Amino acid sequence: MENLGALALLLAFCFSIYAIAASLVGKWKKKPFLTVSAERSVYAIWFLVSAAAAILVYSLVSGDFRMAYVQQHTNRAMPAIYKFAAWWSGQEGSLLLWAWLLSNYCAVVVFTNRRRFRDMMPYVVSVLVATEAFFLMLITFVASPFHVLMSGKAIVDVLDGNGLDPLLQYWTMVVHPPMLYLGYVGFVVPFAFAVGSLITKQPGDAWIHTTRRWTIVTWLFQSTGVLMGAGWAYAVLGWGGYWGWDPVENASLLPWITATAFLHSVMMQEKKGMMKVWNAVLVSATFFLCIFGTFLTRSGIVSSVHAFSQGPIGKYFVSFLAVGVAATIYLILDRLEYLKSEAQLESVVSRESSFLFNNLILLASCFAVLWGTLFPVISEAVTGEKISVDAPFYNRVNVPIALFLLFLTGVGPLIAWRRSSLDSLKRNFLWPTIGGLSLIVVLFALGIHKLYALMSFGLCLFVAWTVVAEFFKGASAIRIKDNVSFARATVELTHRNTRRYGGYLVHMAIVIMFIGFTGSAFNKSVTAEVPSGGTLNIGHYQLRVMQIQDGENDNYQWGRLVIDVSKDGKPIGTMQPEKRFYKSSRSQSSEVAIRRRAEDLYINFSGISNASQPGVEKKAVVQAYVFPLVSCIWMGYWVLLFGTLICLIPSKNRLQYPKTQVVGIATKHATVEK
Amino acid sequence: MKPYLKFGLLIGVIIGVIVWLAVGGVNETKTYYKTISELHHLSNQGLEHNFRVAGDVAENSIVRNGHEVQFTLSQDCRKAQAGCAADGPHQQFSLKVVYAGIEPLPDTFKPGAQALADGRLGPDGVFHADKVQAKCASKYEAKPPQRVASQKASL
Repeated sequence: MENLGALALLLAFCFSIYAIAASLVGKWKKKPFLTVSAERSVYAIWFLVSAAAAILVYSLVSGDFRMAYVQQHTNRAMPAIYKFAAWWSGQEGSLLLWAWLLSNYCAVVVFTNRRRFRDMMPYVVSVLVATEAFFLMLITFVASPFHVLMSGKAIVDVLDGNGLDPLLQYWTMVVHPPMLYLGYVGFVVPFAFAVGSLITKQPGDAWIHTTRRWTIVTWLFQSTGVLMGAGWAYAVLGWGGYWGWDPVENASLLPWITATAFLHSVMMQEKKGMMKVWNAVLVSATFFLCIFGTFLTRSGIVSSVHAFSQGPIGKYFVSFLAVGVAATIYLILDRLEYLKSEAQLESVVSRESSFLFNNLILLASCFAVLWGTLFPVISEAVTGEKISVDAPFYNRVNVPIALFLLFLTGVGPLIAWRRSSLDSLKRNFLWPTIGGLSLIVVLFALGIHKLYALMSFGLCLFVAWTVVAEFFKGASAIRIKDNVSFARATVELTHRNTRRYGGYLVHMAIVIMFIGFTGSAFNKSVTAEVPSGGTLNIGHYQLRVMQIQDGENDNYQWGRLVIDVSKDGKPIGTMQPEKRFYKSSRSQSSEVAIRRRAEDLYINFSGISNASQPGVEKKAVVQAYVFPLVSCIWMGYWVLLFGTLICLIPSKNRLQYPKTQVVGIATKHATVEK
Repeated sequence: MKPYLKFGLLIGVIIGVIVWLAVGGVNETKTYYKTISELHHLSNQGLEHNFRVAGDVAENSIVRNGHEVQFTLSQDCRKAQAGCAADGPHQQFSLKVVYAGIEPLPDTFKPGAQALADGRLGPDGVFHADKVQAKCASKYEAKPPQRVASQKASL
């Protein structure tokens, strides 16, 4: 079996080399059969990599403990779903997942564009397949998932494996890595189209129209992946943190930031023909940051809680990045004259300007995070001393940036193109501004004196107000004109321009998440040693430890607290945080108890003190936290998902849009869209 | 040119503010990576810096004492690590650490595990950590003996 898997990967690698050569040669020598054969081999690669992936999954699930990868990441007692998830819990497997997802994307791109973009496709295919070839090379020659355990020349079959880390045995860990990878890998496609269009000197913006939907879908995957990671950290790590500015978290955030900037600035190119160079730079930056993120998590260049394996693959990634970045920079510089802007900035108070500042500020944030992540590497190179920066650095830089962005979220969509008159500003923003400011005054009077928290709440109301007002104005007009109910009018309004109103919903989601982030300014925590029968107070809550239980089963030993909780004297139920010690992996995990409401009550049983001293009363170390508003973050995600899906529905008033699928014609898209 | 001048000024102001915030942030939170042996050779003026120390948690050294947790990190120069300032017969270094942070110690923190401690060195030679991380989660890569034993299949 493992031989078949390794063989499939090797063949796929050969096919990918062939595909690059054939599509380029076919293009230069004008031999269409070669380009077509290259596209066919994309399907072959897909088949071969799928077969290899299937073999690995089969070995994992059936427990073929002759294989090193299976032995290291599973054991017999694990539930089947985690055996499946073990596919991406190690380095070799996750590289295979990368390659497999990319091969799917390649096949979809080749299939959907089989009759379009004939002049551009050979380049698109070669960029896609070159990336695929890089990953196939890694899993064929450097980090193969199909190694077997050998001692001397004999294959060894061990009885049971090491098992998966208990921290990873949690449902989001089954979904989170594939989501992030779908997002990471997906950005290869817009990048490939951008490169193809630059090489062939496409006069129009064909690549942007083709890849817009693609970009939104991968952006959605990235957002899902990042937030799911946050949700996992919150529920599993035992102290309620959802974001710690850890290098791996930063690695997943960086391409998300540039992708968000790209989603906004492409609108400038579509509507005004501006910022073309910038968009080419952004889409390339996103792609390379995706590769860089994979590199960062896989090479051990920066130390992190995610305990990177110090694998040999770092140098391959660096070479790939260096060659790729150099080639892209050369290409963009060489094609500068094809990327000339078709319009000029006219006023600081205009839609163009708000896009510009949105991009500037997103990029600044991206750069600050990147700088902080790489600070140990940079400082070591410059001063010889390895110095790292910590969470306060990131917060200090990013909180003001985030607030400014939130402000732009409210202002940008309502401001006019080219220039805005004072009158229209007053019409759109007078009441939201008054609303936001009054909220700040009220909250201040209520005793909240934290500057950033006040600003954030004020801005949240400001943005929410502008968004709701937009829906209200549009829907009212339809309601009067068509004489339908308000709810129906809202649906109709959204359907007429899904991009615009879906976008508003996503903005609303961001506002809801910001409310959740701001709540962290009011977190409370208490740590105490409590004997059985003792109590502990936090905020409005009183916790009484009723029992300290312990026991064991086949898989783990456990200790559990039974805690009666009352709020302001009224009993509201029992909570049972648990501590487990897994036998096969000999590691601990905490099962925190969370009461999810407007403010979460979060209890962690962090251990027993005096456990080893006989004669002394056992005391449980209880850590209790109150996290106000944190649920808003997860709620915001569902709104974001909903809004993004709406963006993907084609608008009803299709005819209002210029035909965008025509390639090779420099259409200036004078748009009808508001 | 006038709008462009305005844009230039605004962009300059924004970038200036961000750089100012970033420089302040770096100075406030920078942490020096040191090995345990380097800490032993440190002069007193180094005491005001934040340090990040890596080491193996010594067996049977974890003691829970109220809010505090004490443990010993050790570094073995015979394992040929970089940054090991071994002097003569002195090959093993250890560091007493006291942790009294808010976050609970990670579940992967246990005797024998690799851990990182962030904090300051007291004049008494005890390291006061405000953050402790342990190698965890994503990967427990192959343990060395298996790595040696595992070889490529027939291909």
